Amino acid sequence: MTLEFFQAYWWLIVAVLGGILVFLLFVQGGQSMLLDAGSDKRRDLIVNSMGSKWELTFTTLVVFGGAMFASFPLFYSTSFGGAYWLWICILFSFIVQAVSYEFRRKKGNIYGTGTYDAFLFINGCVGCILLGVAVSMFFFGGSFTVSRGSLLDGTAPVVSHWDNPSHGFEAIFNWKNLILGIAVLFLARMQACLYMMNNIVDDPDFFVRLKVKALLNGGIFVLFFLWFLAMLLTADGYTVISDGFRTTEVEVTPFKYFHNFVDIWQTAVMLLLGVVLVLYGWGRSVFTKKYTKGIWYTGIGTFLVVVALFCVAGFNDTPFYPSITDPSSSLTISNASSSEFTLRTMSYVSILVPFVVAYIAYVWYSMDKKKLSPESLEKSEHKY
Amino acid sequence: MNDLTTVVDWSRWQFALTAIYHWLFVPLTLGLSVLVAIMESLYLKTKSEKWLMATKFWMRLFGINFAIGVATGIILEFEFGTNWSNYSWFVGDIFGAPLAIEGILAFFMESTFVAVMFFGWNKVSPRFHLASTWLTAIGASISALWILVANAWMQYPVGMEFDPAQMRNVMDNFWDLFSGIAVNKFFHAVFSGWALAGVFVIGVSCWFLWKKRNQDFALLSIKSAAWFGLAGLLLTMYTGDGSAVEVTKHQPMKLAAMEGLYHGTEGQGFTAFAILNPDKDWNNDEDEYIFEIAIPRMLSILGRHDANAFIPGVTDIIEGRDIINGDTVNTVSYAERIERGKMAQAALRNYDIALEKGDSVAMNVAKADLQKNFQYFGYGYFDDVKEAIPPIGVTFWTFRIMCYLGGYFLLFFVVILILVYRTRLMERATWIQWIAMASVPLMWVCSEAGWAVAEVGRQPWTVQDLLPTKAAISEIPASSVIVTFWLFALVFTVLLVAEVSIMCRQISKESKKNLSSNKA
Repeated sequence: MTLEFFQAYWWLIVAVLGGILVFLLFVQGGQSMLLDAGSDKRRDLIVNSMGSKWELTFTTLVVFGGAMFASFPLFYSTSFGGAYWLWICILFSFIVQAVSYEFRRKKGNIYGTGTYDAFLFINGCVGCILLGVAVSMFFFGGSFTVSRGSLLDGTAPVVSHWDNPSHGFEAIFNWKNLILGIAVLFLARMQACLYMMNNIVDDPDFFVRLKVKALLNGGIFVLFFLWFLAMLLTADGYTVISDGFRTTEVEVTPFKYFHNFVDIWQTAVMLLLGVVLVLYGWGRSVFTKKYTKGIWYTGIGTFLVVVALFCVAGFNDTPFYPSITDPSSSLTISNASSSEFTLRTMSYVSILVPFVVAYIAYVWYSMDKKKLSPESLEKSEHKY
Repeated sequence: MNDLTTVVDWSRWQFALTAIYHWLFVPLTLGLSVLVAIMESLYLKTKSEKWLMATKFWMRLFGINFAIGVATGIILEFEFGTNWSNYSWFVGDIFGAPLAIEGILAFFMESTFVAVMFFGWNKVSPRFHLASTWLTAIGASISALWILVANAWMQYPVGMEFDPAQMRNVMDNFWDLFSGIAVNKFFHAVFSGWALAGVFVIGVSCWFLWKKRNQDFALLSIKSAAWFGLAGLLLTMYTGDGSAVEVTKHQPMKLAAMEGLYHGTEGQGFTAFAILNPDKDWNNDEDEYIFEIAIPRMLSILGRHDANAFIPGVTDIIEGRDIINGDTVNTVSYAERIERGKMAQAALRNYDIALEKGDSVAMNVAKADLQKNFQYFGYGYFDDVKEAIPPIGVTFWTFRIMCYLGGYFLLFFVVILILVYRTRLMERATWIQWIAMASVPLMWVCSEAGWAVAEVGRQPWTVQDLLPTKAAISEIPASSVIVTFWLFALVFTVLLVAEVSIMCRQISKESKKNLSSNKA
């Protein structure tokens, strides 16, 4: 197996982690509904329904970051050190999330339940939008230059330079990035509704309320996602030819991502299948009376769509992190990756991933067998 | 970059702040998770309500602490990118792997089973629940293993080679990462967590005794925690000795800083107490200490397990002087290291130019020059040998604080164990209850001091001898780092205050319940 194989393999793992992460963002979606929950009891139901899963989302984000660091360190160095404020804002939103579940109803929490619920709300909204912005930059790029020779510059020995002085704020307020950010937020909210319809029982009014919310949020998501998809399919992109870790040629290709879907037909199939599954899960949940399993269809659909998007972002000589200011600095899975030895070593560890997925699935099944109800929450020894 | 120094300093402060806060919570997680798992195992074996109540009580406190540890942990990982971008590129090929493996193997295990631990009492079978509690504890320790392997690599970079074409280091032997430093560091950190959890449980239980609430529960917890903590502390000391040997071998400058030692001798004494002379510099004739109490030959014994071995001081190291088997041996002085480091960097520059031109002959010449001097590559970023000396005062004092408190806690556990088996004495002796309560924050001071020795003593290097902090940073404005430093400081402090407050209220609330029987 060659270096190229391992680069592709690790980009696929990153794509899979990205897909799982976007699915699990339903936790953030649920949090974004806390301020209009209707009553304190409903708010507690939402928090406790999401509460047994929040660490899984959090962990997936951390592992996504770790996998990026290990397999594509030049991305880590360029994006995190460059779009500083984008990542710092994401981090802050997740710091306040991590404590809020455990602290919100504990006596002595000083700042009151409302403060921690506000933290959860902030994480729910800001986390989703900014992660969407960060992923959107995989297509619409950032302003950076990579110069390995700078390592030897005694006065500024930094390889990756961010060319925009806003250091990430410009990416946050770029409308193209925000389109995907908003789409991710409403997808997460829609999936949160579907998850709670599946996870919470014995509260028919809440079920109806969730259904209405799923309809609205799903509708907004579809609009923004189609807008993003239209932009993506009509966008120009770079084609980068690399010789090992060095870029030798860059050219602008009209309709680059459309061509990628055509050239790698499997991604087009995944995208279409994913979209169909999301629409089916959403539609059936919203338009039938008692259907509760929509989350699994939308979840699998979301996963497939995200994996397809990552694939067209990184394969077919496409830079997964295009530079607006210096196209030759654009990062590809060839020029930004770790060495063959490292990728191969980590690949051995990745064999354990199915085992990890299996025990997560088993625990999920065991824990969700008994559904959450207002009554069971009342009796629960450990509740958020 | 006009504000390079400011960015470096504030980035260091920010990372130090995050690491200090993170380490407030992690050792308790490491220790308490194992202790709780032991208690739950005893419950399942004996079916005794007292063990169930103890398990649930300490698990609740574990939960409060766990969340904030997770919150501070995510920052550390991402700060390598946000604030140490050059580091991420230069050594990411090696350093990133343990972090990714930590995520796959440990984080998922921890986060999946901790949910069962908290929410699964009535949802899964007792055996499944116990397995989940153990897997949470094991996951926490596996997580520590990988992060400490990564940290140890920064202290002693091995298992890699430099690729001039990519201008970065690449891994060539994964198993080398499990060096003696890594193994000692892992066990030292994990066992210190056991000791810390032991002191915490004893301190809280003594508050119960002082308040005369749930005394049976308190005594049971004290007995468990004292044995657990003592075992942890003894193992911490044993692995600490291993760490001292490794530091002597691979980071002699750090050892010299830990001792405030400038001129070493054969059969070097260990400074038990001293007042450092602030006017002392590596190249002047001032005395090292204003006042000193030393234990003869002890440093040689600790560092090299040989009472007559030579331990070099700061000046010896800078001037390149060592004594092996009684003979003075000249090693490479720091002035020469700087010179050869600059030669290595010049060779790399030439290699890059030759590569651009496709001149393979020039590439080979440059590569040969680079390989000859690469060992000192990092020194090429310095202009003065003084830049390569770690902060002596901080390293010296944090090492002493750790040692003094380590000795104190050994005595503490022994005394507690003697008293706790004389039940009435333990219940009545309010003085020991107060000492135990006051010892809780001291244990954190001890633990943090240990980290300060390890990290401050490594300065000015991010990766020992390879990459100084000033070449490891991101190109961001100093103002941005200053703002985020204060934001982190504010948020962490606000959350810490809340955590301590919740913990105190929870302990107080629970103490009023009957913790001997579930039926209460």
